Amino acid sequence: MCTTCGCSPGTHHHHGHDHQDHHHDQGESRPGEGEGAKRIAVETDILAKNDHLAAGNRALFRDKGIFALNLVSSPGSGKTTILERTLTRLEGKFRCAVIEGDQQTDNDARRIAATGVPVRQINTGAGCHLDAHMVLHALGSFQLDAIDILFIENVGNLVCPAAFDLGEDHKVAVLSVTEGEDKPLKYPQMFHAAGLILMNKVDLLPHLDFDMAACQEMARRVNPGIGIIEASARTGQGMDAWYEWLAQGVESRRLASRK
Amino acid sequence: MHELSITQGIVDICEQHAKGGLVTSVTVEIGALSGVVPEAVEFCFEACTRGTRLEGAQLLIERVPGKGRCPDCGATFALAAYYDPCPGCGAYSIEVLSGEELRVKELEVE
Repeated sequence: MCTTCGCSPGTHHHHGHDHQDHHHDQGESRPGEGEGAKRIAVETDILAKNDHLAAGNRALFRDKGIFALNLVSSPGSGKTTILERTLTRLEGKFRCAVIEGDQQTDNDARRIAATGVPVRQINTGAGCHLDAHMVLHALGSFQLDAIDILFIENVGNLVCPAAFDLGEDHKVAVLSVTEGEDKPLKYPQMFHAAGLILMNKVDLLPHLDFDMAACQEMARRVNPGIGIIEASARTGQGMDAWYEWLAQGVESRRLASRK
Repeated sequence: MHELSITQGIVDICEQHAKGGLVTSVTVEIGALSGVVPEAVEFCFEACTRGTRLEGAQLLIERVPGKGRCPDCGATFALAAYYDPCPGCGAYSIEVLSGEELRVKELEVE
């Protein structure tokens, strides 16, 4: 049995995963009235198990002084390229680690490994998102005391990862300007859940009809408090604002954790 | 298609609460703002329940409409999406009162 969360070997995924060791029901079972009663009140959030594991991850990150980010976007927005440039830039300043989520292949993990940063690939198979349980197990690959920033690159998908808390401090939604500017309205759950939008590929704006002002207005309709950074991971334009945002996050975490 | 995970979550919760009984029906609440499509859960339900204590059970879905409150003018109103403005004053920072539910409400077992 796994000592981290009590699951059985070979059942490290959420499908068909029947933990007897950590049920996290918040509702109380009570039989209905009378003899032979058949009705059972449950009142349990469907995501309670994931949320409980995510809360455990969050407590672990706080304890270890780790600033954790969940990078979400459509496929092809440039998440991995952003990470490559960021990790290279932050070398010697912050100690980083990366969890890569994809349905198949370890292509992204190999790109990250080339930067020298510890990385763990999760392949979800048919799964369309990472969940807190997968992240908890991936954390076993790292020296957690030696991490300042953990980047979790979620499966490229603007729908499903919105529902699954991983224990991160923030979801960072990467939105490339080669996509439609109405993405925040088309996928409101994700932009509602995100703390920051990193608008990538702005070096291409002169060649596109992308309406930046309209896009940001739509994003703020879905989430009035969301931060927005315009950048290009390819040219480096605007990336200093992203590095500064990361530095502030690390500093806040250090103060909170007294690391 | 995270409805597959959601539906598996429903099955796991029901099996824990059924305490060895056979589940004949399960009632769940799905909010309009939850990002979960009730029809997709219905689609997954048969596959997820096969070989479990829920096999053959009826799935009853209660759809919870979105409801919001405007922090500026205090109005409460039906909220179809996160980007809906207040119909009274046009503000966007709407406080969500309901519609994000994803909950197993009750079971019937035999």
